[in-house]
Amino acid sequence: MSASLARTRSVALAVAWRALANAVRNPAILLPTVLFPLFFFTAFAGGLSAVQRAPDFDYAAGYTSFQFGFICIQAAAFGGVFTGFAIANDFEYGFARRLLLAAPNRGGIVIGYAIAAMTRAAFVLAIVFVAGLVAGMRVDGSIGDLAALLALALGVSATSTLWAAGIAMRLRSMQAGPAMQMPVFMLLFLAPVFVPLDLVVGWVHEIARFNPATAWLEAARGFLAGEPEKVAIAAASAAGLFALASLWARGGLHSAERAG
Amino acid sequence: MTALTHSALPSQVGLLAGRAVRRTLRNPAQLVFPIAFPLTLLAVNTSGLDAATRLPGFPTGSYLDFALAIPFIQGALFAALNGGQDLARDIQDGFLERLAMTPMSGAALLAGQLGGALFTGVLSALVYLFVGLAFGAGIASGAAGALVLLVLAIAISIAFACFGTFVALRTGTGEAVQGFFPLFFVLLFLSSAFFPRDLIAHDWFATIATYNPVSYMVEGLRSLVITGWDGSALASAFAIAAAATALFLGLSARALRTRLVRT
Repeated sequence: MSASLARTRSVALAVAWRALANAVRNPAILLPTVLFPLFFFTAFAGGLSAVQRAPDFDYAAGYTSFQFGFICIQAAAFGGVFTGFAIANDFEYGFARRLLLAAPNRGGIVIGYAIAAMTRAAFVLAIVFVAGLVAGMRVDGSIGDLAALLALALGVSATSTLWAAGIAMRLRSMQAGPAMQMPVFMLLFLAPVFVPLDLVVGWVHEIARFNPATAWLEAARGFLAGEPEKVAIAAASAAGLFALASLWARGGLHSAERAG
Repeated sequence: MTALTHSALPSQVGLLAGRAVRRTLRNPAQLVFPIAFPLTLLAVNTSGLDAATRLPGFPTGSYLDFALAIPFIQGALFAALNGGQDLARDIQDGFLERLAMTPMSGAALLAGQLGGALFTGVLSALVYLFVGLAFGAGIASGAAGALVLLVLAIAISIAFACFGTFVALRTGTGEAVQGFFPLFFVLLFLSSAFFPRDLIAHDWFATIATYNPVSYMVEGLRSLVITGWDGSALASAFAIAAAATALFLGLSARALRTRLVRT
């Protein structure tokens, strides 16, 4: 391992450890990331399940599993946004500036936050998954399918963390919250959230056809049903957005460095 | 402040309400977000859940008509949230303490505070109605029904604003006001807002929706859009809004007295 890589690794692990320790010590940080997905899962799977009886609704594993596919992606994406809030908070209270001064490799800071977000996402997904099983969710996919679902969710989590980090490091204020949250919200909700794409109507259908989140949701639901579909499109679009978000976060880091 | 010293109650209310409205107008985010976000959700839900209208027993053939009531509730929530935060800021930066040194009455403060929230509530309700009509929603109860819809939306806005005022006065912090509002979104999502109660497949959810007062507020608004004149739905909605207003206004008055004694 080169010296530079070792320094990046050490900074990333230290930042990730701090972020995770903060989340564990302070329930106000961790609870929303657990409660929001659980709540949406309850509200959507419980309140809207009759919609699966609509003509042409074609998903064999049932509506609870159908919604779990969405909740996985949503929990992962919003976990990243919440990490962005933490970064903005660190800037507001001056900790991030001290971190920028102290870290021998500043790229490791962003990587550390992303690792923390992915770890939190995995934890949240485990809780929601157990809640789903208790509520009678059907899982027809194999262990491999579930591992692929987790990998997809973690990829989404890392991407949204990099997006939110880019905003947080440019604006360096909690006021940046809506700017981190709204694009992610729009990306997710302009996708087939409640019914399969064929049943979505109007202009949202046209947007959803080209929205990468549609491929993520369909792939996630396919893994749960044991009939993976659109996996290549989902993986390619997640990788593409990850690359763009990495560049965006790097720009944010440079902006924060220039600001001192 | 001098104007407050010698003025009667209506004039005090006017001054404080005017201040609240000007503060809202100076911060466009307080108007844009409460209007744009519910309309975006309405568009998403209408496109995503249109298939539900093909279920046997669904009360209307248009999900837009069915869901049009939801933005009114969300708009009322945002108006109350913003109003509550403004009041909390007044407490935090000492404005309320300075006001307490004038002959301003507690009733004027509460009414003025509610006036600001009411302004946002009325404006957003008008926008929701016009946008709904522009996108093809029909009001089954006609023009008079549209007027009653606005009145009911305003009554609901006042009820929520009273709650926001109470939390702000009781806690004195904007964070606490923010913290309480997810609770209302939980109540909205666990209500019959998105699906008719008799078609909800899970009994436990239908039970929660039946005991959830937000269901009756939504159903009152919705009845004017999809049914026509439904006296029972309207009476329930107005009664719940009035009861919530009375309860939280009383609690707010008490919290204000306590806070003014403390200052």
